[in-house]
Amino acid sequence: MTNSIAEIEDAACLFIIGSNTTEAHPLIAHRVFKAHDKGAKIIIVDPRRIQLSLIADIHVRPNFGTDVALINGMMHEIVAKGLHDREFIAQRTEGFAELESMLGRFSPERAEEICGVPAATIREIAHLYATSQPSSILYTLGMTEHSHGVDNVKSLANLAMLCGQIGKPSSGVNPLRGQNNVQGACDMGALPNVLPGYQVVTNLGVRAKFEAAWGASPLPAEVGLTIPQMIDGLIEGSVKSMYIVGEDTALTDPDTHHIVHALESAEFLVVQDIFLSETAKLADVVLPAACWAEKDGTFTCTERKVQRVRKAVEAPGEARPDWMILREVGARLGIPMNYDSPQEIFAEMASLSPIYGGISYQRIESEVLQWPCPTPDHGGTKYLHKGSFGRGLGLFSAIDFRPSEELPDEEYPFFLTTGRHYAHYNARTMTGRCPTLASEYSQAITQMHVNDAARLGVNNGDQIRISSRRGEVVSTARLGDIVPEGAIFMDFHFPEANSNVLLGTSLDPITKTPDYKVCAVRIEAA
Amino acid sequence: MDYSFVPTTCPYCGCGCQMFLEVLDGKLVGTEPVKTAGMNEGKLCIKGWKVHEFVHSAERLTRPLIKSDGVFREASWDEALGLVAERLTAIRDQHGPSALGFLSSARCTNEENYLVQKIARMAIGTNNVDHCARL
Repeated sequence: MTNSIAEIEDAACLFIIGSNTTEAHPLIAHRVFKAHDKGAKIIIVDPRRIQLSLIADIHVRPNFGTDVALINGMMHEIVAKGLHDREFIAQRTEGFAELESMLGRFSPERAEEICGVPAATIREIAHLYATSQPSSILYTLGMTEHSHGVDNVKSLANLAMLCGQIGKPSSGVNPLRGQNNVQGACDMGALPNVLPGYQVVTNLGVRAKFEAAWGASPLPAEVGLTIPQMIDGLIEGSVKSMYIVGEDTALTDPDTHHIVHALESAEFLVVQDIFLSETAKLADVVLPAACWAEKDGTFTCTERKVQRVRKAVEAPGEARPDWMILREVGARLGIPMNYDSPQEIFAEMASLSPIYGGISYQRIESEVLQWPCPTPDHGGTKYLHKGSFGRGLGLFSAIDFRPSEELPDEEYPFFLTTGRHYAHYNARTMTGRCPTLASEYSQAITQMHVNDAARLGVNNGDQIRISSRRGEVVSTARLGDIVPEGAIFMDFHFPEANSNVLLGTSLDPITKTPDYKVCAVRIEAA
Repeated sequence: MDYSFVPTTCPYCGCGCQMFLEVLDGKLVGTEPVKTAGMNEGKLCIKGWKVHEFVHSAERLTRPLIKSDGVFREASWDEALGLVAERLTAIRDQHGPSALGFLSSARCTNEENYLVQKIARMAIGTNNVDHCARL
């Protein structure tokens, strides 16, 4: 997030797009409700009638995968009516001329043809976002999990910079991150292109710094493989072995049959986890890990805040904290691993990562610290991009609309989209073993519009067979008007009706993020 | 009787809610939101309130497992870690560092993610390290 979570409640206008906040980020939704109570205008952009749409001033339901057209239509109106922030654009950005020229082709009327939102509504939300002070954008995987996810995010950045709605309190572009430490895992360099602190692996000076600190022989200089590329590499034979820590790849990646085939093709597969997950069952060696309540460490949450994790109980049997397992693996592979505690590991990391440079276990005992926090006397950063952007000037990107790669046709006439349910978490590795949560929500349910159900002769609670070009699953129909006609919504929590069996492997060309939000399916009574 | 409250951070979504784990004689018996600090302002969602329930599940892994002839058998740490180091080294030596891939975890701590990427880069010599952020 460019802003802090608490700042949400002081926004004058919240533009929430592709985020079912009440179910996926309940305590951030709480701040949205507080903002609403304080008088903020709430704009919800989501094809589904999600809970937040009930308090929205305007709920916009674009066609699936058409957000770029909607945002371009808004920006066209903003420029046409002179509502853009000329001073911000002049002083803080570059590339505006190219954007402006592209926007010339995106009248709200043309945007309406693509996204299905009335031009008058596009104008209304454009005015509301541009003229409220301050406005802020919240988004989640409904923006990023597309074959054009980067286009979506860059379009939001365009919109914010166009209106000068970034780099100030309660105003910015705020991705709400889905996992406890997905922010931290990125920060730590668990990515193929960067070392800790987003220092790029292709930079000689960066590598030299880490080589000196670690006592390493030359570190690899080429960008590595992303997850989808590793999976394909297993099938092609260029990747022989994988070491998977705390992730049920077999259940959670799209196109399940493809993933399982890939993992079975591995010459040697190591899985380190707390339960015998579907992925662990395919492993050659399974290493039992302690869970979060059984170890010390830190997580970095979505607002870039570093917080402690503390050991409360002993791990079962011989299970060990991941850091101890990794310490031993590293040592046996011949590198020095002289750490007596997570605190020592953190201190080494912080000494090499300028954005964490001033953060220590000692300080976070009593201080709230959000990175960047470069020095011990720095108080951390509540919101990013004040005065300048990471690259200096903010770069506008002229982005044309590109449809999703697989759209409904005669054979597969329905849109499938996916998401989280409030009582469960991803593959239910943890929540499925909490009796209270299991009783709250015990089976996979597929949301379907009543009119579609009537046409197909499906009643509420019926079993339906859902098939795509990749596979088929059977699920229970839940009828209503939450999804628009022509679409269904599935969660991804239950292996017996896993939407990942159906989803394709079309990827965003830059991030290689798979499209979890749009694919085409057929529905029959089972 | 040993009874305590241990402050920690919720392990589910990215909100970063602060909570106390309620510990009675070495077992988790409850979860309470921290009311004095944290962005969650004394609240938790239903997942957070019930997070202690999975920790002592009978299905937890408790011993290293090695698969022989398609069937898992329990093994000592020494044997399991020895096999891991031997096979990773052999595959790297035979096929090169880029024949290995590491998936780190958004569920694990910062410190653990740091070690995974350090092992991939320094011990194996590959930047093939990723995690679920792009998924």
